[in-house]
Amino acid sequence: MSHLLEVKNLDVKFDTDEGRITAVENISLSVDQGEVLGIVGESGSGKSVTAKSIMKLNPGNTSYNEDAEIILDNENVLQFTSKQDLKKIRGGKVSMIFQEPMASFAPAIKIGAQMVEQLLIHKNINKDEAKSISINMLKRVGIADAEKRFNQYAFELSGGMRQRAMIAMALSTMPKLLLADEPTTALDVTIQAQVINLIKDIIKEYQMGVIFITHDLGVIAQVADHVAVMYLGSVVEKGPVNEILKNPKHPYTKGLLQALPDINNLDAPLSPIPGNIPSPLDRPTGCVFRTRCPHHNPEGKDGKIEMKLIEVEPGHWVDQCGIKCGQNG
Amino acid sequence: MDNNLISVNNVSVNFDYQENFISKKQKIHAVNNINIKIQKGSFFGLVGESGSGKTTLGRAILGANKISSGNVIFHDDERDYDLTNMNKQDLKEYRKKAQLIFQDPYAALSPRMTVRDIIAEPLEVMKITNSRQETDERVRDIAAKCRLNIEHLRRFPHAFSGGQRQRISIARALVSNPKFIVADESVAALDVSIQADILNLLKQLQTELNLTYLFISHDLSVVAHVCDVVAVMYLGHIVEMGPSRQLFKNPKHSYTKALLSSIPSIDPEKRSQAIELKGEIPSALNPPPGCVFRTRCPNPGIDCKGGEIKMGLTEVEPGHWVDQCCAL
Repeated sequence: MSHLLEVKNLDVKFDTDEGRITAVENISLSVDQGEVLGIVGESGSGKSVTAKSIMKLNPGNTSYNEDAEIILDNENVLQFTSKQDLKKIRGGKVSMIFQEPMASFAPAIKIGAQMVEQLLIHKNINKDEAKSISINMLKRVGIADAEKRFNQYAFELSGGMRQRAMIAMALSTMPKLLLADEPTTALDVTIQAQVINLIKDIIKEYQMGVIFITHDLGVIAQVADHVAVMYLGSVVEKGPVNEILKNPKHPYTKGLLQALPDINNLDAPLSPIPGNIPSPLDRPTGCVFRTRCPHHNPEGKDGKIEMKLIEVEPGHWVDQCGIKCGQNG
Repeated sequence: MDNNLISVNNVSVNFDYQENFISKKQKIHAVNNINIKIQKGSFFGLVGESGSGKTTLGRAILGANKISSGNVIFHDDERDYDLTNMNKQDLKEYRKKAQLIFQDPYAALSPRMTVRDIIAEPLEVMKITNSRQETDERVRDIAAKCRLNIEHLRRFPHAFSGGQRQRISIARALVSNPKFIVADESVAALDVSIQADILNLLKQLQTELNLTYLFISHDLSVVAHVCDVVAVMYLGHIVEMGPSRQLFKNPKHSYTKALLSSIPSIDPEKRSQAIELKGEIPSALNPPPGCVFRTRCPNPGIDCKGGEIKMGLTEVEPGHWVDQCCAL
């Protein structure tokens, strides 16, 4: 069975004035229909760059490696160059929900007009049909007074409402794959709980594949089926959500879990991961985590172990250097 | 018995609001009738969602917002400062003793000043030190306490990561040797692995320098971990207040319960136990009469639904206060 989305050996590099930056290195991921893949990692770990590559939305100074493949629905997205082809994926087969809904709606155009516009581009329908689809979608995501909201501007809506409208807009073209980039980070916890439940319902209803990007392991535990943990552009551990959160092997995953304040265990000390994330300009050779790893093994410390994921249990992949370190503590 | 550093007595903060120049002037009730006492050496937490008035209250205590009614007293060793009735000289003195750490370490530091100048600025503005040598000494001293590398003092902020920048902001706040610190969402912009580091640093500095904190945050798990006393705010009111362990173990107010249940659990097997609150926080322009939470309350009684119960805290257990609407 082929996957809905398969990313193979993807490298993403940016050419900047200070040199060539490796943002993402050798990433392989897959998403099936109706499945949620969570990507966790701290700022600068390459989560968003990975997601944007799927729509080829990275800026002009980006270069992808020759042998990389992003297979969406049996087509290699990376080979798309014509506007026609790109249009098919951007907003058509793939939709994206961004973190800051205020920044992703045009401020001077009514929400309804923006929803209708994209439907007219992607679907072969007329304006009235597009309007009724949009209003139904707004209703579906729990916006009261959908007809009224349809004629309002983004600034007239509250944060939670705006994020709902964003979700409605992303879903109205019935994409096969939804990219959700930190969709709940800017929301209050009570609103976050509402939005997470909404996204879960909708995934079930429409059987889409979803890539859910967040830095919050709690949110991942609530929505994802599979998780990939990213650090400095590399996946250091991936597998089923239960496995990763209950039985983490990589020292970085373990560190993240220990750094998280747990409300059910107030006596546990907060243990930060020592040091800072290195600049992508001087990315460590070998294991990328070795500069901060608390339990490094001698070869890993010198950068002599290449990054390579190894399957430790069915479906649970861990970087080979991390397996050794993980055993140390 | 008076071991309080700050007493906030019946404080309200209102803002004038006019939609456009012909419409009627209205009042936004940002903070309503708040009473809190912050003990010396405590880590006082203030939680709530956006728009609950926690930042306004924090700024009012620092004298950065006008207080509409009520008063705030800062009990120093020799004398008390009444914030609502203070002359310029007193305010200058008070500024040395009460400082603020901001949320966003990227916006809080001037990109055109070196780290040394950033940390030294309060000393120069407040004329605390007399010579450059003395200033440098104080800067180096506090930088070391905040675990900053002394050699880095000549660099500019852009060379630092988020966690390091936050340590610079902390050093700047602490350089005038204050007694009271308001930390407004000071870890919200940081990654989890760094957040733990900054929280540990704040705790350590508290014992080392004898500080009292007002820690403002929307993140309940962080507050539960570091604070001794917590007040939960909703729409300008405190709805529940008490020792943090007691409050988080045994929350009494429906809002606190809903907030706690909304924290996404790290355990994938415990999904969606959230008590879902319908709708959103009402506008502070016309808050609902009676209990402000009743429009979203999952289990309102008949009396509170009608708005017949006034806001007001009652003590349910020693030190644990709950709004009377939910305490009944």
